[in-house]
Amino acid sequence: MANSQLNSGNPRVDIEYRRKKSAEEMKQQVVSFALMIFLTLIAFAAVAMKGASAWFVVPFILLLAAVQVVFQLYYFMHMKHKGHEAPSMFLYSGLLVGLITILAFTTIIWW
Amino acid sequence: MHAEEKLTHETWPAEPEKSTLEAKNKFLGFWFFLGGETVLFASLFATYLALKDKVPDTTHTLAKDLFDLPLTFVATMLLLTSSLTSVYAMYHMKNFNAKKMNLWLILTLLLGAAFLALEVYEFSHYVHEYHHTFTSSAFGSAFYTLVGFHGAHVAFGLLWITTLIVRNYNRGLDLYNAPKFYVASLYWHFIDVVWVFIFTVVYLMGMVG
Repeated sequence: MANSQLNSGNPRVDIEYRRKKSAEEMKQQVVSFALMIFLTLIAFAAVAMKGASAWFVVPFILLLAAVQVVFQLYYFMHMKHKGHEAPSMFLYSGLLVGLITILAFTTIIWW
Repeated sequence: MHAEEKLTHETWPAEPEKSTLEAKNKFLGFWFFLGGETVLFASLFATYLALKDKVPDTTHTLAKDLFDLPLTFVATMLLLTSSLTSVYAMYHMKNFNAKKMNLWLILTLLLGAAFLALEVYEFSHYVHEYHHTFTSSAFGSAFYTLVGFHGAHVAFGLLWITTLIVRNYNRGLDLYNAPKFYVASLYWHFIDVVWVFIFTVVYLMGMVG
């Protein structure tokens, strides 16, 4: 557990180290927020400019959404931290089943 | 460590959300739930994509004439920002600062409530201006089920976080309530994850045609 690595035996040293670490993480999270806003702006701009063809815009904005969700999951929801093996398995299993459902509904259903 | 133990700045663990057995179970169980939610929302997206613009006759409004870019943009900014404020709340939770954590959680609630109000306005606008209702077409049913389910998740999140703040207001932070706050923040981020796909797949792709 990450806990044991952070214990030097001296509570004062520990607390300083931890404060520094969480401040550092907070900085990374603010940067990912800025990137998420930036990706959102690009996606909305791509749709607002009516010139581009749907064949380009649709895959492009889907890619931007996927990148943004990676930031949300790995930085905001801490999936990049140790001890998230089981959460990753749960999430990706759910995603696999979900994507197959989407594939089925969008390809073999028509009327 | 014991869940009810009185802790100080110095004894507060680095990972309070996983420091007791109950907390570990909660953490794991909640992620399992989020895996299930992924399947649930994916199947609603699948239904929406299959039924998009499937209307009985030409009097019905289709996606590209229905949605409004500025409104969706404002809603997206509100929810994205509320995700950041809940990150700040968890930063203060890790630093054993209950007051600041509550402050950021209240900000999160306000942004979430604003998002929900905007969605209520949006739905009533569709109903009154375009007669786009739950029963008007297959498109309408699929749209309100997907977006409405997300809205219901936001509403539930607001109630959940409000209850946590009220219940623990004078208690401060301990290893009994820290995991509860942590899990609620995970839920709030997940709502944002779903919204990223809703604004992309439903609104932006709807406007592209």
